[in-house]
Amino acid sequence: MNEWLDRHMGRLFLAPAVTLILIFSIFPLVASLILAFSRLRLRGGGFTMRWVGFRNFEKQLFGSEQFHLLGTFTTVSILGWIVGLAGTGLLIWWMVRYARTRFHWVGFLGRMITFGIAVGLLWLFCATLLSGNPFGTVGTTLFYVFVGCGIQFLIGTALAFACSQKLRGRTTFRVIFFVPMMVTPIGVGYTFRMLADVTKGPFAGVWQWAGLGDFAWATDPWAARIFITVADSWQWIPFVFIMMLAAFESVPRDLVEAGDLDGASPWQSFREITWPHVMPIAATVMLIRAIEAFKIVDLPNIMTSGGPGIATESVSLQAYYAWRSLDLGQASAVAYILLFVTVVICVSFFNLVVLSRVRAQK
Amino acid sequence: MSTRRPGLFEPRAIGQMAPATKILLYTILIVWAAFVLFPIYWLLITSVKTPAAVNQGPFFLPFIDFEPSLHAWKELFVIDYEDTLRAYMNSIIISLSATALSVLVGSMAAYALSRVDYAPNLITILYFVALLAGVGVAVGIYDVDWMLATAVAVALFFLLARAVGRIYEVRLGNGDILFWIISQRILAPIVVVVPIYMMFQSVRLLDTHLAIILTYAVVNLPIVVWLMYDFFNSIPRDLEESAQIDGATMIGTFREIILPLSRAGLAATTLLVMILSWNEYLLALFLSTTKAQTMPILVAAMNAGERGVLWWTMSVTIVVMIIPVVVLAVILQKYITKGLLVGAVKG
Repeated sequence: MNEWLDRHMGRLFLAPAVTLILIFSIFPLVASLILAFSRLRLRGGGFTMRWVGFRNFEKQLFGSEQFHLLGTFTTVSILGWIVGLAGTGLLIWWMVRYARTRFHWVGFLGRMITFGIAVGLLWLFCATLLSGNPFGTVGTTLFYVFVGCGIQFLIGTALAFACSQKLRGRTTFRVIFFVPMMVTPIGVGYTFRMLADVTKGPFAGVWQWAGLGDFAWATDPWAARIFITVADSWQWIPFVFIMMLAAFESVPRDLVEAGDLDGASPWQSFREITWPHVMPIAATVMLIRAIEAFKIVDLPNIMTSGGPGIATESVSLQAYYAWRSLDLGQASAVAYILLFVTVVICVSFFNLVVLSRVRAQK
Repeated sequence: MSTRRPGLFEPRAIGQMAPATKILLYTILIVWAAFVLFPIYWLLITSVKTPAAVNQGPFFLPFIDFEPSLHAWKELFVIDYEDTLRAYMNSIIISLSATALSVLVGSMAAYALSRVDYAPNLITILYFVALLAGVGVAVGIYDVDWMLATAVAVALFFLLARAVGRIYEVRLGNGDILFWIISQRILAPIVVVVPIYMMFQSVRLLDTHLAIILTYAVVNLPIVVWLMYDFFNSIPRDLEESAQIDGATMIGTFREIILPLSRAGLAATTLLVMILSWNEYLLALFLSTTKAQTMPILVAAMNAGERGVLWWTMSVTIVVMIIPVVVLAVILQKYITKGLLVGAVKG
């Protein structure tokens, strides 16, 4: 018995984790896929399932829910056509260049999927935003991911760089800047709603002075989206800040000082010494942040309930609302579309940016 | 030699900052600190405002602008204390247990992955996934009894696993297992929560602590494995080797040598997972209704009613939610930074 234990101890150490993930992650993943292809009816405590094939996805992508998930496509403006065609051309050129230089079928297949999603999202962008049509939850989620993470990265990195200088009191600043990350997202949502109140909030005076005394940011799509982005940034800039600060502090100081002695300007030494050193960490930080950003659901739910209309609804929130109206098939289909987009974008970013940087360093 | 006074933008000495740069940096840092702290300050003062003081417009300074009162605190902790305290206790129990489970299971897996060589066969895994999908289809669509389906699948797996595995010898390594575990983090909870909900419903565990604890533990497992793997890798192996020569088992080494050595990493990981479970909202929304309700759910439910958001009580609930984590985080901030960075730099 003891001998058996000893021999299999390695497996026994790993087994609990693998079992838990299989039960709570892999099995639900498979079950969710099956749900996405079926229609569910609740019936007296139990439920019946019927296989409907691709009908759930069809409804979301091409049918009556298209406006909700993707947006309304009526006409594509000239600007939309120009940007769309130019972007598609660029992507085709990228594919052709890859196929010509170093062709490998795994790489090609992966890039084909990336290419497909990129072209799809590009045209989504051109046909909705650039053509003045309203966009759906996918567009909103991508707005939160790209604009939100972009802002968070820029501000977080700038603050980290400032805090990595030899300044008195930087430890205090560091502790203060870290705090928002601890606040529950629900709390962030309500607090920012409170702050944004135009009559009772702290900035009521400013609103009155600007002549916006009866402006309701929750009824204007862009104001609401930007507001959610501000709250999200307040919460997540600390994460970027902490990681980038540690990255800046790991830059060897003698290198920077040697640069100073050789008469490098601060900008030069930042570009030539500091940035290459922190770049791989920056890419990883962005990846982690983006992965979490795709899941955004608390803030839109608390701050605007997805409104006005569907203007601030993220894909996760749409799936949640579908679940709440007991439409489990649609909920799973929406969630799977989110999963697909997330995985393709994150894996592409990982392969094309993070790994290529790592390879370049070696 | 003329001694020119250095300009505002020129450093006084090599390695020092120019005065203008210094002022600029301090301005940025102070402005940002204000932006970070103001919402928290506003929460704190709103929690001691009366409804009248909230509704009459913005008042900024307690004792000067308005008379602070503890009525909202009283309402939540004296008059209506049952709901609040239950949710608070639930949150504490759930986040502590989920963290303990997650850190224990995760660090065992991380340790095993950093020390033992695994070589799972790819074909066996694919076979396993195919069986799993088969069970799902059989139960979901053809209404086969789930215990029967599982039993058949398990039997089939053990009967044929070796035979199937021998067809192609494609071995995976530790790196693949690690990547698989970490990649679970990409999964948005919304994708898996519906089946998890149905699963707990079928075993009548909805709205219990156990359901939420298990789910939180699994959701946070990738973070634990990711951070602890790098931490264990940085511990030299000589100590364990000499212990093994003395006849120590793997459990013994893990408990006596490895865990004490990785206290810093464990502290960071534990704190991070605890905060994440303490603040989690979406999964709890699905899995709890009343008995196992956690604080975030209570806060959201309290303010979703007809009366609109009651800023004063809302502020109190959020303040009591943030105080413990902020205190812990400020005390242990050094460890968190270190723990997070180990993962990012090497991972």
